[in-house]
Formats: sequence, structure tokens, C-alpha cells
Amino acid sequence: MEVLKIATAGSVDDGKSTLIGRLLYDTKSLTSDKLEAIEKKSQQLGYDYLDFSLATDGLVAEREQGITIDVAHIYFSTMTKSYIIADTPGHVEYTRNMVTGASTSQAAIVLIDARKGVIEQTNRHFFINNLLRIKNVIVAINKMDLVNFDEGIYNEIKADFEKLMSKREYQDQKITFIPVSALKGDNVVHSSENTPWYDGQTLLEHLESLDTQDIYNTGTPRFPVQYVIRPKTADFHDFRGYAGKVYGGELSVGDSVVILPSQQASKIKNIHFYDQEVQTASRRSSVVISLEDDVNISRGDMIVKANDLPKIEKQFTATISWMDTQNLTAGTKYVVQHGVNKVLAKVDIIHHKINPDYSGIQEGVDALGMNDIATVSFKLNKPIFYDPFKEHRTNGSFILIDTKSNSTVGAGFIQ
Amino acid sequence: MKDTSQINPLENEAIYIMREVAAQFEKPVLLFSGGKDSITLVRLAQKAFYPAKIPFPLMHIDTGHNFPETIAFRDRLVAELDLELIVRNVQDSINEGKVKEESGKYASRNVLQTTTLLDAIEEFKFDACIGGARRDEEKARAKERIFSVRDDFGQWDERNQRPELFDMLNGEIEMGQNVRVFPISNWTELDVWSYIEKEKIEIPSIYFAHTRATFLRDGLIWSADDDVVYREDDEQVEERMVRFRTVGDMSCTAAVLSEASDISTVVQEIRTSTISERGARIDDKRSEAAMEKRKQQGYF
Repeated sequence: MEVLKIATAGSVDDGKSTLIGRLLYDTKSLTSDKLEAIEKKSQQLGYDYLDFSLATDGLVAEREQGITIDVAHIYFSTMTKSYIIADTPGHVEYTRNMVTGASTSQAAIVLIDARKGVIEQTNRHFFINNLLRIKNVIVAINKMDLVNFDEGIYNEIKADFEKLMSKREYQDQKITFIPVSALKGDNVVHSSENTPWYDGQTLLEHLESLDTQDIYNTGTPRFPVQYVIRPKTADFHDFRGYAGKVYGGELSVGDSVVILPSQQASKIKNIHFYDQEVQTASRRSSVVISLEDDVNISRGDMIVKANDLPKIEKQFTATISWMDTQNLTAGTKYVVQHGVNKVLAKVDIIHHKINPDYSGIQEGVDALGMNDIATVSFKLNKPIFYDPFKEHRTNGSFILIDTKSNSTVGAGFIQ
Repeated sequence: MKDTSQINPLENEAIYIMREVAAQFEKPVLLFSGGKDSITLVRLAQKAFYPAKIPFPLMHIDTGHNFPETIAFRDRLVAELDLELIVRNVQDSINEGKVKEESGKYASRNVLQTTTLLDAIEEFKFDACIGGARRDEEKARAKERIFSVRDDFGQWDERNQRPELFDMLNGEIEMGQNVRVFPISNWTELDVWSYIEKEKIEIPSIYFAHTRATFLRDGLIWSADDDVVYREDDEQVEERMVRFRTVGDMSCTAAVLSEASDISTVVQEIRTSTISERGARIDDKRSEAAMEKRKQQGYF
């Protein structure tokens, strides 16, 4: 069964948790004990309706404050797909969580409160989903029940959002508008009689119709070696296999390949998945590859097709999303983790900050704070093998690790 | 199989995570409870390293209140796959005075395991502990990372977790810290059962319907094993056809009425079930935030 990961974004009180709760409820994914807990809690709080947001707000602190503070994962499935929702908070200060949730998703839901329309937060949510090159964005115009399901209001918001779309960098992103009421259930799973002027799909119908072959960004095949397998047993005495995941495209037995960084050439001899031999390693599968020649390969090396090399550089410029309370400053050293490869890097130049609401850039900055997005150049102590992020979502991205705290302090998308 | 396009994306992800553990850590261990989730982990680890052996040992924190079927199954699996098994006993922690046995109606050794686990991590200097927890199990677990860093005291700081982007896993830690790793984070209960069915993985017999001496309490069905499970005189023992959906301690794992006697009927039952898996775990019912509290203290 295919798995579709969805990132959700919305401002405080846009009804994001309610929308997710509604999806779960209407797809009968809430079990009776969970439903009972929601009923009990809703009653305690004095509501005359079921507060589905209680289905997702996990941590004690969140329930006390009534807000979501971290990325939570919610699961449901239909007969055709398994869905994983990365529920991320909407406050300004949690840009880092939105970037994190979006990084693993192939679709995103941006929520807009019909009473408020497109606000600064909406720009920000759309900017991040576009920066992360999420293929499908659904703009759910929520709380339609509070504006009498007015078609005019829906169209105005849609027109405002379309103005944003002209500013986006990733123009191929598919965008779909749906008028919903998460609280009442209109156009979430079931089509609504309250919106006769809307003849499009409901939210779930739309998710179901996404072609899972087409939801992933593709590129050329890249095979970063994770682990070298050498059993040294009687049965497999000379076996030497390279374990890893295939990104971007597929690799087949007989393909001429080059190993980086040594640039030695060889051919793929076998491809294994557990105890089976296969002809082709499909994209995103975890396989073991063995080569015709005896080449010295270790973790962090990369196997690529001979006629299709990535860039091999000791410096690059990237868009950075900074995620730490300690500032990023020029001259500081970090570990760049690019896939499974780690190299030491120095911040060379902070070019400018990018306002994540499409209001332009700020030049002359010498430090980046938490939730800043900026263009930064790095120098590395040894080369990495990358593709620009816009050509290869996996091989063009990296994380930054603080050398002292070991924390993940930022994410980057190579230009 | 001609290509690998039909491999379940969740299986590819779990294998990838297993390999990251072996590559990034010096002394990993797989925490094995004898339950279906940890049995699934063993299969995934086999797949990740085949034809080499699994490059880390299994460790069972034995509460002494396990179902005997689980222990027998564990020993057979370890022998068949030629795995290394470490067992540490909660009873020893009690004898050494490190923890105090609970008493009364809801007494359980479930919370006590944490001390035994943390001591064992220190004893063997494990830097990564692979576990079968899933995000769909419980609200606090929905926020858990795949690589979840624990401090010197084994504690989870849910406010200060490392962001995890794309599939890059940051396993950098300081001396004394360790990482809990959850390769099947993104699997649901149904995903696990479907996988067990597809892979024809053997699991302990208590997962299938059988007749058992049981009694009722708080609307749940409990095993009538007087050595382990406290029972009041008016809680009458009756034979029922039941099975277990999770395999924890006898003292905190309730049974469900079921006729599902093989894997396909079990999968069918899960598909149509309206009660969540942990609905039959009394350890989560102690308070609304029970799991979150236990996790902060170092529970798995």
C-alpha cells in the first residue's frame, strides 16, 4: 500500500487540529475508546460539540495551553492509501517545525480562516511549502459555516492567494482550493449541500486521487553507501555488498557506475533485497549492491551512473533554515550532514536574509536567529557530491549539526 | 521479484534506520519484549544486514511477570536465528532494594522496568537502544523522534527534541547519553499485523484465540494467575475464549474476547476493531498523561 505524507500548516485558531480530527472521525479512524475520551473532555470543557482537536493535541503542556507545540504524527488509512499527517504548529516562532514537517511530505494542507482571509501567516506557510518543493498543496478555506458558505468570500480569498502564487519560485507546484468547515464536516470527507456553487472534490477525495507514482520529486539515481556488508561466513566468504537506499531514479544490474570520491569505474554485478536477487533497484528502496570490481568503498561514498555525475565541490551556497536559539555567525564551524555523509564546514558568507512572507530580502546581516531563512555560503574540509535542490530534493539537502551540543541546528537546500 | 518497486515504503524506511544504527553507534542493542513489534524488528534487522548476521545483541528486561508462552517463544527464536540474548531481571532490582514492589489491586511491575533498563544500559555502555514503539500507539508517542536522545539519567526532554529532516538521522551524542531508536515509528498496528501475515513471521500463541481462566475488572478481562495478578475474592474466575492484542506484563495486559485463531482472522479483526490497541493496557489509564510521565523518567 502506498503511503502519503501530508504536512499541515495554519495559524493559531484556524482549526487545524479540528480538521485532522474531523478527517479521522469521518474516515472512522477514531477508535471507540479515543472517541469516548474526546466526548468526556468536550463535556468537561462545557462544549456542545465534539472538540476533535483533542484527538491530536498530545502533550500535557499543549492541552493546558490549548495549542500544538511540536510536530505530531497522525495516522489513518483508507482502502487505497495509508496517510501520515505531520501536524505542525502555526505560530511565527515555530517556522523550524513547519520546515521539519514539510521536509518529509509530498503534500501539504494550508488552512485559511474564511473570516480572516489571506494573512501574513498564510504567506509564510505557502512560502515554506514552496521552498521545500512539496508537489501538491491544498488550500483549505475553513470555517465556511461562519461566513454563511458565501461563494463571494471564497472567491475573494482564492484571488488573494493566487496573487501569492505568482511570486513563488517552484512554479510547477500543484495548488487546489477547497471550501470546508472542519467543525461541521463540510467538504472534508463528505460533499456539502451548503456549497452548491462548488463542484470540486472534497479534501479526502482529492487526497485519494493523487497519483502516488507522481507525488515524489524525481531526479537522477544516487546511491549513498550506508553500510558495508561483509559476512565472512563459510557460505558467503567473499561476499562484499554495499547497503543503502536508492534516491531519485533506479539502478539496474549491468549499469556502468562511478564511485565517489575515488572516481573509480565499475559495473553493478548484483542487486539484493534480503535473500532475493533483483534486476532493478527502484527508487526509495533499501537494497544491497555488489560490484564487478574489487573497489575500496566505505560509508559516505556514493555510487552514481557513469554518465551522470553530481557536482563534486568543497564549497556551496544554500538557502538555510536556522533552528537554534544560538545565532549562526560567519566564520563558525558546523558539521554538514549530507545524506549519510558528514563533513566539517565553515560559514563563509551570510549573503542576505529572506523574509518568508514574500516581502523581500534583508542585506547586511551578520547573524541568523531562530526561524530565520537566509542565503549562506559554506566552505568544506572535503568535497561532497551534490545536486542542486531544485533538481534533486534528497541529494540537494543537508542538515547542520552544532559541534559542541551535537544538536541539529539548521537545514539547508543547495542552490 | 524483478525490481523493488513493490516493497512497502515503511519496510524500506525501517531497514534504512537499522543500518543507520549499526553505522552510527558503537554499542547498539535491540530491546526485545517478546511482543509482535519487537519480533517484527528482528525480521527487519535480519533483512537489513543479510547475508551477514544481525550486528547487535537482543536485550530482554524480564519483569518476571511475563506470559510463559512469551519466554518460551523468545528462547526458541534466539536459538533458531543464532542471536545473542541478554536478560536482566526486575526481580534483581527489587532484591537489591533499588525499586519497591507495588502492592494492592493495580500492582504492576511495568513502571519498575525503567530502573532495570537504565542500569543495564549503564552496565553494557549501550549507546543506542532499538525499540518497537510506534507513534500511533499513544498521544505522547506521536511526538517521538526516530532517533530520540536521552540524557545521563535516561530522561526524555520533549520540549527540546532534535528536529528530524528528510531521512537524515543525527546520532551524534556525548558520553553518557544514549539514543532510543524507533524503526517502526510510522507503522500502525494494522501495518505490523499485515507485515507479519505477509512475511509469515511466527509469533507467540497468546496472540491467537485460546481458552483461558480469566476474571472481569473495570470492564476488562484479566488472566487469573494468582501468583502474578492480584484478584479480590468476589472477582470470579471463568473460562473464556480470548486473545491478547499486546504482550506486556500479565498484571497490566488485558485480554479481548476473540475467535481469531490464525493470522488472517486476526488481521481481519484488527481491520474492523473499534477499540484501540492500548485500550486494554491499564498502565496508560492511570492518568491522562501517564505515558508522557513515564517517558520523561526513562521508560521505553
